[in-house]
Amino acid sequence: MQYFSFRKMSLLLVIVLVVGAFGVIGTASAQDDERTLNILYWQAPSTLNVFLSGGTKEIHAASLVLEPLARYDQDGNLVPYLATEIPTLENGGISEDLTTITWNLRDDIVWSDGTPFTADDVVFSWEFCTNPELGCSQVQNFNDVENVEAVDDHTVLITFGGPKPFPYGPFVGAQSPIFQRAQFQDCVGADAQSCTEENFNPIGTGPYVVEEFRPNDVITYVVNENYRDFPEKPFFTRVNFKGGGDAESAARAVLETGEFDYAWNLQVEFPILQAMEANGIGTIISGFGTSVERLIVNQTNPNPDLGDLRSVFEADGSNAHPFLTDPAVYRALSMAIDRNVMAEQLYGPTGRATCNVLPAPAIYASTNNDSCLVQDIEGANALLDEAGIVDTDGDGIREKDGVPLRILYQTSTNALRQNEQALIKQWWSEIGVDTELRNIDASVFFGGDPASPDTYQKFYADIEMYTNNFDGTDPESYMSNWACNNIPGPDTGWLGNNIQRSCDPEYDALVEQMARTADLEDRAALAIQMNDMIVQNGWMIPLIHRGAVSARRNDLEGVLMNVWDSELWNIADWTRAS
Amino acid sequence: MSKFIIRRLLTAIPTLLVISFVVFAILELSPADPVGNLPLTIPPEVRAQIREKMGADDPFMVKYVKWVNQFMINEPLNILEETTGISIGNSEERLRYISWQTRSPIIDLVIQRLPQTLWVVGTSYLLAILIAVPIGVISAYKQYSIFDQVGTFLAMIGFSVPTFFTGLLFIIIFSVNLKWFPSVYDTTHKVSISDIDSVIFQLRQMFMPTAVLALFFTAQMSRFTRSSMLENLNQDYVRTARSKGLSEKYVVLKHVLRNSLIPVVTLIALGIPGIFQGAIITEQIFRVNGLGQLLIIAIQGGDLPTVQTLTFIFAVLIVFGNIAADIAYAILDPRVVYN
Repeated sequence: MQYFSFRKMSLLLVIVLVVGAFGVIGTASAQDDERTLNILYWQAPSTLNVFLSGGTKEIHAASLVLEPLARYDQDGNLVPYLATEIPTLENGGISEDLTTITWNLRDDIVWSDGTPFTADDVVFSWEFCTNPELGCSQVQNFNDVENVEAVDDHTVLITFGGPKPFPYGPFVGAQSPIFQRAQFQDCVGADAQSCTEENFNPIGTGPYVVEEFRPNDVITYVVNENYRDFPEKPFFTRVNFKGGGDAESAARAVLETGEFDYAWNLQVEFPILQAMEANGIGTIISGFGTSVERLIVNQTNPNPDLGDLRSVFEADGSNAHPFLTDPAVYRALSMAIDRNVMAEQLYGPTGRATCNVLPAPAIYASTNNDSCLVQDIEGANALLDEAGIVDTDGDGIREKDGVPLRILYQTSTNALRQNEQALIKQWWSEIGVDTELRNIDASVFFGGDPASPDTYQKFYADIEMYTNNFDGTDPESYMSNWACNNIPGPDTGWLGNNIQRSCDPEYDALVEQMARTADLEDRAALAIQMNDMIVQNGWMIPLIHRGAVSARRNDLEGVLMNVWDSELWNIADWTRAS
Repeated sequence: MSKFIIRRLLTAIPTLLVISFVVFAILELSPADPVGNLPLTIPPEVRAQIREKMGADDPFMVKYVKWVNQFMINEPLNILEETTGISIGNSEERLRYISWQTRSPIIDLVIQRLPQTLWVVGTSYLLAILIAVPIGVISAYKQYSIFDQVGTFLAMIGFSVPTFFTGLLFIIIFSVNLKWFPSVYDTTHKVSISDIDSVIFQLRQMFMPTAVLALFFTAQMSRFTRSSMLENLNQDYVRTARSKGLSEKYVVLKHVLRNSLIPVVTLIALGIPGIFQGAIITEQIFRVNGLGQLLIIAIQGGDLPTVQTLTFIFAVLIVFGNIAADIAYAILDPRVVYN
């Protein structure tokens, strides 16, 4: 038998493998360019035209390039950007009858292509978004706007259809930026869909311009040499904005490997983040805006036997929920929940217990419901006993007028939410309420498909849970969500934000009053009154005031966590410690 | 033979049409909503308007005919124009098939994503073939030896440990602790042969995703090669070859290996379309952002045009992969004759 050298062959194989594996290891890690900023968003931006996509990731990515007339700072105060000052009643920028607002624009601003920025571009941005053929996702910022006109090159006059006590909707905040007329004039209406080049590389006034845009992957920005503070600002000459992956590995890339300088929206269970932060490479930063995780309490009857009348609001109250409209029931449900335990166990410092639907800004936050912060199972049981809602057939579940308190409780699929559901189910079982849990994929639950029975708008359940919030700092339109005319139903194609289907003329009167009130303190008082009505009537059961969580590398300086605007709002001021 | 190929190609056309219709119909029934992931601050009326402008509310047949026209006629014409420089008809007005998420032509997205996927998934597939076949051969020839035992053990690990676990393990060992390799793939990196640093950078960033995938592919292929070899080693013709006095090397490498490779080649050919599909999980873990990631983002975002197009492209590749496997059979095995 001839000698056939398998030994030699395997040796060769091992050598090839080893060389292959370790030959590629160069120096420990490539030298980070000091002037390159690496940002990681685990949801990748799809476009930079914020009018075509309402997503937060797109708004943030576009905020490096496109700017509004004014932004909100980290405390929620308005700061002029392309305007010289914030128009107010005092400085005459807002007319006495509250129907117009006049913005004076800075005259030293040029677009990144070197052409001057004028009032005409502002007018165009309004025309662009309100064109009905576009399907603009930010059109709500232009609610009630009747006309926008350029008085001269640096003055813009906005006229509203009626008195507008809070006129800072149009052109304020990252979601309502100014587009250049010269670039987009051939992209109006339906044509915008095919303007790929323009949508991916908008010309802006911000500190950066797009060098390369790869949709759903990565954006490379370089410094805008026509920026008003160039060359003093920005410090970073390049920005690498990478997308994709998941939140946990995004946190790791900043806090453990330090490959990235900034990572956004780290929805990870807090103990995991904390362990990563202990490496000392990066820091977790958080800020509290208006996001509140809440239970929505169905005021109508979702019983499947009702067929087409399921969860449909009837003005005469004939389709009211059999037990959830009873004060004893909704109060008991709220009392049985230990919000502090939920906040501590599931959210850590990224969430705190709240009893309000409107927890911020501070002047709007009510203190009238704080008793809910303490769990009171005994009290809840006593309340139900007193109301005569007791267990009559001995199955451990209470009945009201013969209807057992069985609750179908739905939310979107998300590990954190399922943990919350489990806790609440346990607590409710202690007061004789039986809970069936259900979770639905987020894209279906929050999707608007009127044919699907599983959307949050259809609300074919007794209770559902999600987080809601609003842009900017003014709660007027947010609070008007829960007026009678906003109730979703078959006649409106299930559109409408009054998901719980509550209708109280008193609440509607407050909404109307707020629309006519200009004084900030009066507005705050009205907002608090509305918040208290929502909570005390059991339309919603607030649970957790949620914070936004991001992470930065320790040598990245100047980051001011902003929940009222884009998190990257002051990127021109970011620097690297040497 | 050429008759056979032509016949197969012709039958592929109706097959693909049926596939495209079925894919379309299934996706039409899916409840995913393209505006479902937008923040709740966007009012429902505005969402309805966005949907309408996207064309998401069009009737099924309208959407399907649009797709057939734009994807099967307009896009090939565009590619033809771009490669040859000849303009055919009114190319300015020709509608391209647009993604709902990005509002850009889907074919451009696919072309943009292809390099990453081919670099990472393609390399790991090649690497896996180069490693798996020798391992399979040796394991079979020296059945129950230490080499075979170790090989079996590693194959078991490659088989049973999912890539999301090995990927994470690699990141923790090589990125977090040793800091040898980057955990995030840089898709904008341009490799030029003259610049050795750029090549090294590319190899470094490819190492972890490639290793994870190669481990998985190797496990499959080496087991397949081994069992195929074992089957042939005990055949009569091997004994005959040995008794003729042929060298052991000749017997194993010429007689046994050639016969054993027939099913292995089929497996490899059928696996090629899979390279283009990318490796959804591995791409996601290392942020390679190739075709797999494009598909998963489109699914999550309810971007049905992108999902349809990608699914269809994969179907085309699978159909052609099958034809290629059949042809490879005929070449390798003289007993197979197509008429």
